[in-house]
Amino acid sequence: MALLNELAKKKEGLVSGHRLCPGCTHSVITRQVFAAADTDKYDIVVAAATGCFEVSSGLYPYTSWNVPWIHTAFENAASTISGVEAMYKVWKRKGKTNKDVRFIALASDGGTYDIGFQALSGAIERGHQFLYICNDNNAYQNTGNQRSSATPFGGSTTTSPNGKIKFGKEQPRKDIVSIIEGHHLPYVAQASPSNWRDLMNKVKKALDVNGPTYLNIIEPCTTGWGFPPHMAIDIAQLAVDTCVWPLYEVTNGKIVINYKPKKKLPVTEYLKPQKRFAHLFKKGNEYLIEEFQRQVDNHWEWLLKREECGIEYGTTKE
Amino acid sequence: MGKKVALTGNEAAAHAIRQINPDVIAAFPITPSTPIPQTVAQFIADGEMDTELVTVESEHSAMSACIGAAAAGGRVMTATSANGYALMWEMLYIASGMRLPIVMAVVARALSSPLNIHGDHSDIMGGRDTGWIQLISENSQEAYDNIIQAVKIAENKNVMTPALVAQDGFNTSHTIEIWELEEDKKVKEFIGEYQPLYPMLNTDEPVTHGAWAPPNWYFEHKMNQLRGLLDAKDVVEKVGKEFGDVFGRHYGLYETYKLDDAEYVIVAAGSVCGTTKDVIDTLRENGVKAGLLKIRLFRPFPYKELADTLQSAKAIAVLDRVSPAGAQGGPLFTEIRSALYDTQTRAPIVNYTYGLGGRDTQPRHINSVFETLKRIVETGKVEKQFDCLNLRGEWR
Repeated sequence: MALLNELAKKKEGLVSGHRLCPGCTHSVITRQVFAAADTDKYDIVVAAATGCFEVSSGLYPYTSWNVPWIHTAFENAASTISGVEAMYKVWKRKGKTNKDVRFIALASDGGTYDIGFQALSGAIERGHQFLYICNDNNAYQNTGNQRSSATPFGGSTTTSPNGKIKFGKEQPRKDIVSIIEGHHLPYVAQASPSNWRDLMNKVKKALDVNGPTYLNIIEPCTTGWGFPPHMAIDIAQLAVDTCVWPLYEVTNGKIVINYKPKKKLPVTEYLKPQKRFAHLFKKGNEYLIEEFQRQVDNHWEWLLKREECGIEYGTTKE
Repeated sequence: MGKKVALTGNEAAAHAIRQINPDVIAAFPITPSTPIPQTVAQFIADGEMDTELVTVESEHSAMSACIGAAAAGGRVMTATSANGYALMWEMLYIASGMRLPIVMAVVARALSSPLNIHGDHSDIMGGRDTGWIQLISENSQEAYDNIIQAVKIAENKNVMTPALVAQDGFNTSHTIEIWELEEDKKVKEFIGEYQPLYPMLNTDEPVTHGAWAPPNWYFEHKMNQLRGLLDAKDVVEKVGKEFGDVFGRHYGLYETYKLDDAEYVIVAAGSVCGTTKDVIDTLRENGVKAGLLKIRLFRPFPYKELADTLQSAKAIAVLDRVSPAGAQGGPLFTEIRSALYDTQTRAPIVNYTYGLGGRDTQPRHINSVFETLKRIVETGKVEKQFDCLNLRGEWR
């Protein structure tokens, strides 16, 4: 990987002037993505789903995008990029371009886990060349923090609020990475902007695959999660160090955990600084934190066992 | 020279698409338009065209991929029907709002519920305000001719608006008719090369497509879009004439059949016009001055021109192949009636819903409409402003 001062000189795909909240990590992640992309070798074209990032960066008559960018709707970043990529194949075949172009679809959890899931599944199955990045902020943040299937157990949102008789979201998160894995695509990974080298390595690897790839990236949301704007990267780091957000990658079905905390922190370290989990610390709710910890431990153990097992696709010998 | 072929309406659409050879097609199967992508897929498999076919997982994704492909820069087409068209709904507005000249073959079909796979105009009439140009075809020949013309209309620099070409489910799509298939070369010459204005794939000049517009800009966008749609009217006329000059079949905004001196007039669109023409021939032989105004361009609606053709009529019946759904009448009725308000005539005008869900409309039903028009003129009374053709029992 290039040195930091070299990376700082790279052409930015996303430029300043966007209207994201102070402390939002959408722009941080995207700058890491562009820093990772080998833009001397290829150009990047982006399709974005409706969401915080889209409304903050593509407001007529302005744009924050220094690369070709398209937004059409909420649930279809994957099908929109499918069309763009299909046209690219035609341009290549007909000699209308000699450029090497790589395609990125950007969405958050609402546009990925929920309303955009069908389009994503279809696009991966068809094998388009694109990197799908889900900036997972655990809820529909653009419309004001409504629950999604990515909202963690116990998380209070405006449609799964903590109340006198309810404690927030009653279900665990959807394990989207495993679901995407089920498409048997060449590369799928989970990353965090706190561990930027790891994130960049994953972006670079994914963009070099001639086919669909998927990255699930934690995108701490200062307003929705309720933490001060300067803390977003700290929150992401806590998610990683508590194993709430394991950093791992799956290459042709083989899983590698990229980061194992020397000391796995209790989930309370992650939950405590966030208002959305404040009610879990009230007297009588201890069982909810225990349940949260149990879910995190189960998933982490499962990942460790899978890694230890070391199996991958395509290893059967004739 | 073209050659006479005996093929279905779906095959007519598929051959037009083969000759146009668009860069990208994204499509999803749905009855009765399924044979279009199917036939096109076979043409591609046999090397007769080299379109990139994206076999998406839904019609919503079909239109989304079409939009992505068109914005990327190239000619893009698709086909659908009914519920598929309905599933595209959100994206239809987005395609027209983004000014992408996508051309879509729609094989018009009833919408659920109850589930029904047969022909009517519920789909295209429901989508009449999505900002698309709408051309309605009477038969296979027109379906073929209209698709070819639609490419040129949609891509006109003053228009830059997506266009759909409708034909009637089963009545046209699955009926073998004799029609003229033109030479590939001549069709390709007629439509010419498409030069996209702001292709995304020109990465040297990055463009943002689909930015959102707050209250201080949205309105201007929508009115610019309307200008493009309205400008399509003149382009439809121009392209229809050019098409006639090349292929011998001239097209206007509408078609009149024995309308000049007609006293009893039916206004209709689609395959029912064929039946109506036959009935008119018989009536004329018996000295009844019957005539037809056939709608070709429904969006933009050429209200002035249509109203002018109806001035000799003593009574008018508008046939809608869709339920009025709580309006004063079907969409064609309300628009024709509104257009006439600015003209001299105060001829009585009645509305029929016919053919829903593939219900047969036979000469005797059309004949009954003319009988009613005669009775209205004779008595000076309109008993029913709205009625149904071939409905079980009487509509009250």
